[in-house]
Amino acid sequence: MARYIAKRLANYVVLLFLAVSAVYFLAASTLNARAVYAVRNPPVDPGVLDAMLYRWNLNDKTPILERYLVWLKGVFTHWDWGFTATGAWVNDDVSIKMWVSLRLMLIGTLAGIIVGILVGAWTATRQYKPSDRAFTGFALLIVCTPSFVIGIASQILAINVNRWTGVTIFEFVGEAGRHGSYFGAVFFDRLQHLLLPTLALLLIQAAFLSRIQRNLMLDSLGEDYVRTARAKGLPKSKAVMKHALRTALIPTGTYVAFSLATMFTGAFYTEKVFSFPGLGAYFVDSLMNPNPHGVVAVTAFSGVCVVCGAILSDIAVAILDPRVRLG
Amino acid sequence: MTTDTIAESTATPRRRMSRSKLTLRRFLRNKMAVVGACGIVALILIAIITPHMLPWTYDQIDSGHFLKAPDGRHWLGTTQAGRDVLAMTVHGMSRSLIIGFTVAVLQTTISCTLGATAAYFGRWSEKSIMWVIDLFQIIPSFLVIAVIMKGHSTPKNSWLLLALLLAAWGWMMTARVVRSLTLSLKHREYVLAAKYMGLPAYKIIARHILPNISSLLIVDLTLGVGYAILAETGLSFFGFGVMAPDTSLGTLISEGARLATTYPWIFSAPAIVLVILVMCVNAVGDGLRDALDPNSSSGGRA
Repeated sequence: MARYIAKRLANYVVLLFLAVSAVYFLAASTLNARAVYAVRNPPVDPGVLDAMLYRWNLNDKTPILERYLVWLKGVFTHWDWGFTATGAWVNDDVSIKMWVSLRLMLIGTLAGIIVGILVGAWTATRQYKPSDRAFTGFALLIVCTPSFVIGIASQILAINVNRWTGVTIFEFVGEAGRHGSYFGAVFFDRLQHLLLPTLALLLIQAAFLSRIQRNLMLDSLGEDYVRTARAKGLPKSKAVMKHALRTALIPTGTYVAFSLATMFTGAFYTEKVFSFPGLGAYFVDSLMNPNPHGVVAVTAFSGVCVVCGAILSDIAVAILDPRVRLG
Repeated sequence: MTTDTIAESTATPRRRMSRSKLTLRRFLRNKMAVVGACGIVALILIAIITPHMLPWTYDQIDSGHFLKAPDGRHWLGTTQAGRDVLAMTVHGMSRSLIIGFTVAVLQTTISCTLGATAAYFGRWSEKSIMWVIDLFQIIPSFLVIAVIMKGHSTPKNSWLLLALLLAAWGWMMTARVVRSLTLSLKHREYVLAAKYMGLPAYKIIARHILPNISSLLIVDLTLGVGYAILAETGLSFFGFGVMAPDTSLGTLISEGARLATTYPWIFSAPAIVLVILVMCVNAVGDGLRDALDPNSSSGGRA
């Protein structure tokens, strides 16, 4: 097992290197950092600008291969992922924004996973009853709605709720805002800002997962060993929980492992809609205000998350599936 | 099956039912799927017919009528630039439909060609194709497509480039499934027979392997339309997709999103159309899956 994982890991490292290099060439050739200064008034002296861009390794007059080699050397020797056109260090940006993304995603993702699995398993045991129809219909609606539409629709709803109750229950711009000076005000304010995006994320995650879990559960409920368990006198709840749900959780485990690992890269749409300055928003901004090094750094980071997710899901299968664990 | 039922079924001779007829009957029994299919047909007809019948075209500017709420002049209101929301929604829907179908057809073609090739030939071709799949999957497609679209911001035909990119980064999952299914088929007797008769490999794949996994491909094609439309709106939402003056549902939603809390009609019209469209596509996909699945739970009925 260890040897197998090591081999896969080595392969992933090569793939990651190639993919990130390709994105570097793409980003460096299409995003011109000079554009950041084009709108400055009074205009920046061309000579000074050239020197400055050269210092940040962003000068489009330097051959792209040369820029790439300088950047590569920086990454491998000093773990230096480069600078933005205004001289901010990408390492600093990413290391701050990654935690913003995680703070945004953590509760919503975890709660969504739990709710999704429970709803999926529960509706499967009630196939075609009204409650099952209602939940699966609602889940289909959520899955077919892009997350930014859910985000904006929830904001419109929240405004109406705020107006109707006369109290600002929902806050939905940014990670923190104005708050009182009582004990725990800062913490409470953050929670209040987190409430709506977390609900939106929970809904999306739970709807997606409940559909998967329901199908898996329906398959495993029809298996012979569940009938055997019932036939030998096990109560229904025990047969469902111990025999059907456990096997139906194995494929979900791989998905959960994957989504936990990619949590750091954040949700582009949720971050943008709710103005959370996380990694996803940073990536979009890096494309808008040309910042090739930022784009490449976020891409590489996401790539690492994907690799971790893939390996984690392998491990999850090994832990959950007795055929793999004991075989 | 007991001897009784065999005797019974031979006693009352029934007409043999072809597979396509069986599938159709199963499909028609699923109400959601039928509603979805009708919905898609209706939306396609609306996209083709109505643009010529509406009082405004999608790129026409009605100066003086900016951000007007729905009324008799503009049935669904106007945007900040004074463009008619109804005409834009209809045009955006047809763009999204075209992109969705183009992407689905392209990516299913790529995935069945590469997946079947990898499994049928094995060895280095399998290794290299699997390696390419890994390479394409290691970075979230959104990131790569956004960078490329940003670099080629030519408003004209931006939808075509977007469709090509979405297809180029959308085939990997299905290719994996096609490969594993082909692996299980390639040692079957009829494939071997065709091989020893001297049929070239591409004909064997096209005639004997792909038809046997066609149910997967059909379902994948349908669901691919939905995924592609969602991906297109997502990229357009950030301005990395279809670009103005051309309009897709995503572009229109993103225009409405900024003003959604004060001028909700620009946002809600395209958002509702989008959700209905994707739901219809998914309902048809689910219905097809159940109808084509030989192990489906239709309880012995045809």
